[in-house]
Amino acid sequence: MVQYTADHFNTAFAALSDATRRGVLEQLARADASITDLADKFQMTLTGMKKHVGVLEQTGLVTTEKIGRVRTCKLGQCRLEEEAAWIERYHQLWAARFDALDQVVAELKRKEKLDGRKKRK
Amino acid sequence: MDARRESEPSPMKHVTVERTSERELVVTRTFDAPARLVFEAWTRAELFKQWWVPKSMGMTLRSIEMDVRTGGRYRLGFGDGMDFFGRYLEVTPPARLVWTNEESGDAGSVTTVTFEEKNGKTLLVLRELYPSKEALDAAGTGAADAMGETFQQLDELLARS
Repeated sequence: MVQYTADHFNTAFAALSDATRRGVLEQLARADASITDLADKFQMTLTGMKKHVGVLEQTGLVTTEKIGRVRTCKLGQCRLEEEAAWIERYHQLWAARFDALDQVVAELKRKEKLDGRKKRK
Repeated sequence: MDARRESEPSPMKHVTVERTSERELVVTRTFDAPARLVFEAWTRAELFKQWWVPKSMGMTLRSIEMDVRTGGRYRLGFGDGMDFFGRYLEVTPPARLVWTNEESGDAGSVTTVTFEEKNGKTLLVLRELYPSKEALDAAGTGAADAMGETFQQLDELLARS
C-alpha cells in the first residue's frame, strides 16, 4: 500500500549492494567511528573508505560530522523507516475519518429513502 | 468477540495512501452511496464536523465556518489559536472540490477531492499537492511529532491515574 519513489529505493539498494559498505553499517551499529578507524578495520586506504562513506551518506544511512581534524561517522536515521511510520499514521487518520464519514453518509441515505417514500404518492 | 466480525476488512472500506511523487500524496476510498450524498457530507458544515475530527485524533473542533463556493473561505478552530483555514478554489457538485491549506503559509498544500460514482457507489480520491518535496516532508515529520506528543500526554495521564 505504501509506495516510495523508485530512485529513493535505488540509491539505498545500490549503497547496500557492496560488502564493505554493509560491514561499515554493522560496525557503526556497534559504535561511532572515524574514517581512519574504518579504513584500518577494513584494511583500505583513507580515500577508498571516504568514497564508501560518501555513498552511504547520500542515502542518509550514515551521517558524518567533522570535529577538529577527525570526521566521525554514525548511523543516520533511516529515512525509509521514518517515512513509512508517518505515512502509516496518515493512513490511520484517514481510515478513522472515513469510518466516521460512512456513518454520516449512511444516515443521509436513510433519510433520503424515508423522504422519497413520503413524497411518492 | 463480536459475532458480526466488524473488524473483518471489507474491500470497499479499504483506504490506500500513496506518495505518487515527491510533492504529492493520494488517498482513495470507496463509499456505499451516490456521489451527491458523499459530496454533501463534505460541503455542509453540520455534517462535515461529525466526521472530520475522529476521536483518535485527540483534538476537539471548537468552531467551523465553511463558505463552500469557488473563492469562498473556510476556517476550522481547535482552540488555543490553532486554526486550519484556506479558500475553496473549485466547487463542482457533486464531482470535485479543491481548496488551499493556508495555516502553514507558503508551505501549505492544495487539496483536491474527486467523487466518481459507479453503480451507486462512490470512489473518492483525495490528492494533497505540496509546493515542494521539503514542504511535504516537513508536514509529515511535523504530523509525526505532533502524534508523538499526543502519545506522550496520554502516557503521562495514564501514569498519574
